[in-house]
Amino acid sequence: MSAFLEVQNLSVSFPTEDGLVKATNDISYSVNLGETLAIVGESGSGKSVTNLAVMGLHNPAKTEISGKAILNLPSGPIDVISAPEEEVRKLRGSAMSMIFQDPMSSLHPYYSVGDQISEAWLLYNKGDKKAARNRSIEMLDLVGIPDPHKRVDEFPHQFSGGMRQRVMIAMALINNPKLLIADEPTTALDVTVQSQILQLIRDMQKEFNMAVILITHDLGVVAQVANRVCVMYAGKIVEESTIDDIFYDSTHPYSIGLLASIPRVDKYHGERLKVISGQPPSLINLPSGCSFQPRCEFAKYVPGNKCGIETPSLSQISTNHKVSCHLDKTQVQQLKKQAM
Amino acid sequence: MRSISSEVILEARNLTKYFKSTAGGAFNRQKGVVKAVDDVTFEVHKGETVGLVGESGCGKTTVGRTLVKLYDPTSGDIIFQGENISKFNRKKMKPLRSKLQMIFQDPYSSLNPRHTVGTIVESGFDIHGVTPAQGRKQAVQELLELVGLNPEHINRFPHEFSGGQRQRIGIARALALKPSLIIADEPVSALDVSIQAQVVNLLDDLQRELGLSYLFVAHDLSVVQHISDRVVVMYLGKIMEQAATEELFTKPRHPYTKALLSAVPVPDPKVERTRERIILKGDLPSPMNPPSGCVFNTRCWKAQEKCRVEVPALYEISPKHQIACHFPEN
Repeated sequence: MSAFLEVQNLSVSFPTEDGLVKATNDISYSVNLGETLAIVGESGSGKSVTNLAVMGLHNPAKTEISGKAILNLPSGPIDVISAPEEEVRKLRGSAMSMIFQDPMSSLHPYYSVGDQISEAWLLYNKGDKKAARNRSIEMLDLVGIPDPHKRVDEFPHQFSGGMRQRVMIAMALINNPKLLIADEPTTALDVTVQSQILQLIRDMQKEFNMAVILITHDLGVVAQVANRVCVMYAGKIVEESTIDDIFYDSTHPYSIGLLASIPRVDKYHGERLKVISGQPPSLINLPSGCSFQPRCEFAKYVPGNKCGIETPSLSQISTNHKVSCHLDKTQVQQLKKQAM
Repeated sequence: MRSISSEVILEARNLTKYFKSTAGGAFNRQKGVVKAVDDVTFEVHKGETVGLVGESGCGKTTVGRTLVKLYDPTSGDIIFQGENISKFNRKKMKPLRSKLQMIFQDPYSSLNPRHTVGTIVESGFDIHGVTPAQGRKQAVQELLELVGLNPEHINRFPHEFSGGQRQRIGIARALALKPSLIIADEPVSALDVSIQAQVVNLLDDLQRELGLSYLFVAHDLSVVQHISDRVVVMYLGKIMEQAATEELFTKPRHPYTKALLSAVPVPDPKVERTRERIILKGDLPSPMNPPSGCVFNTRCWKAQEKCRVEVPALYEISPKHQIACHFPEN
C-alpha cells in the first residue's frame, strides 16, 4: 500500500519582530488510506502548524514554508506546497478536508446548517440547490443527527457542542475526501460526547476508506483510535511508531516522560506523578543540539555533552519505529528501568 | 500518607442555587429558572481532598462559587468551621475569606496584567490589614519559593511567565493568608500534560506541608482520581454518587458514573481494545427544563417508568457510599 499523503522535510516558520519562529523544522511523515495517524504533542510543538501547511491554509505573505507535501491522487501525485493556490483550493474540501477543535466558531452563525453543508457540495458538484439539500440531509443522517429533515433548516446555536461537531464532520465529508485532518476534534467536548464523536470518526473512516490524521494532546484518545503515532516536541518529530510500540516500548526520553506523567483512570495508585521538569523552549530561541536536552533526564549519560551540540536525527531502530536520540535503545531501556 | 481528621471543615446541606433566566430586551421578561445546583449535600473533612466531577453544565463550578459565597445560595446551608455562613453578607464574610480561598482555571485571565507578581500575591495582606511578622517582601518571597518560583522574580509581570508558572502565582496568592480550605476550580485543565503533573504534585506537597483541605472541581477523571480522597459525581445540578476514590473508581454503583468512567480513554491500547465502553445516547438535557423524575433517565440504559416519575433520593448503599438511583449497578 502506498501512502496517500507524504510529507517530506517540511519546515514552517513565521518571521516576527522578535525573530524567526521555527514552528516546525524539517519533518517527514506519511499516512495511508484507511489508516489513522495520530500526531501528539503539547501546545507549541507544531502539530497544528504542520497540518495547516498541508491544507494550504497559511498566509503565504507571513509564512516561510519549505519541503513537500505530496498527495497521491488517482490522477497523479501533486505537491500542495509548491502547487499554485488555485489548484490547492480545488483540493480543499474535495480531496482533503479538515475539522477543528471548536465547532461553534467554525460554523457561520447566520446561515442554516443545511445551507452551509450544501455550499460545500455545490462547490464541487453539478446540481441545483434542491439536490444539495437532499445530499445534506443524507449526510446529517449518516453522522447520526436525529430528525435530519427538520434539523437541516436549523441554525448552529440550536445544536449542542457534540451535534455541531457532527455537522462539521458532515460538511467535511460531503465530497468524499480521501484525507481527513482532525485537529483536536474532541477537546472541547465532554467525555461521554467525546466517545460518540471518536466512534463516528472511526465509522466514517471505514465508510469512506480515508486516511485520517488526528492531532491531539490526549494520549488516551490516541490509544483508542490511532494505528500509528508521531510524537512532536518543539517543532520536530522525536519518535514515530506503531501505537503499541509507543505505549509499551517508547524509546525517546520525552515520550517516556510524557507517558509516565499522566494519571490513569483505570489504575489507582496514589503515588506521586512522575514529572518532566522545566518547560518547553521558546521556538524563537531553540536550545542548541537536541531541543529536549535541557529537560532530559537521560542527557547526562551521553558522553561529552553531545546532546547540547549535535542535533540527533530521526533514525530507524526497528521496522516502523523511528527515534531521534543519541542514546540507543538498550541504553534507554536500562535507564528507563532505573528511573521508574 | 497524610492524615485526614474526622473534623468536618466545610459542609453543604441541601445547597440549592437557581439562576433566573431572562429573555433579554427592554422588559427583561423572566423566561425560566436554571436549576444549576439542586439540593446538594456533602462535606469536606480537615486535611481531605474532595473531588467534584461532572460534565459541563452539571453545576460543579456553581457549587464551588456558592460555597465561597460568590453567589448567594437560593436555599440550604453552608457550614464552614462550625459556622453557618449561608446568610452572611459581605462584611461578615470578609474575615472568613482569608481562610477560604479559591484557585481558578485560567491562569491568563485570573491575574491582573498590570500588577507585578509581588503586588498580586500580597494583595490579600492589604485587604485584610495583615502585616506578616517577617515583613511583606520577605513573606511574598517565601510564598514564591514555596510554590516553586524564583523569589527574585517578585517584580515581574504575569506575561513574563508561562501558563504553569502563572498557575503557581495563583496558588501563592491563595496561600498568602494561610487558608484552611482551598476551592480549586479546574486548576490544571488549561495546562499541558507535562506541566499538569508538576502542578498536581505541588498541590499534593502543599497539602502535606500545610495541612490544607481541598475541594477539587474538575472534569478530568484521571486527575481527580489521582488527587482526591473522596469523589462526588454530579449530573444536571444533582449529586448522583459519592464515595471514597478507590471504591468509586473500582465499584461505581450509579449507571451515570459507570458510563462516565467507561468513556474516559485510557492511555493503553491493549486495554482500549478489550474495554467495554458504554456510549451514552444524546446530549445533556437543558438545565432549564430538566427531565422529570431522575434527571439522568433520558440517557440511562436502565431507565424504567419509575425513573421518569420519581426523583431518587441520595441514600447510603454501602458504608460511606451514597448514590441516587432506583436501579443501581452491582
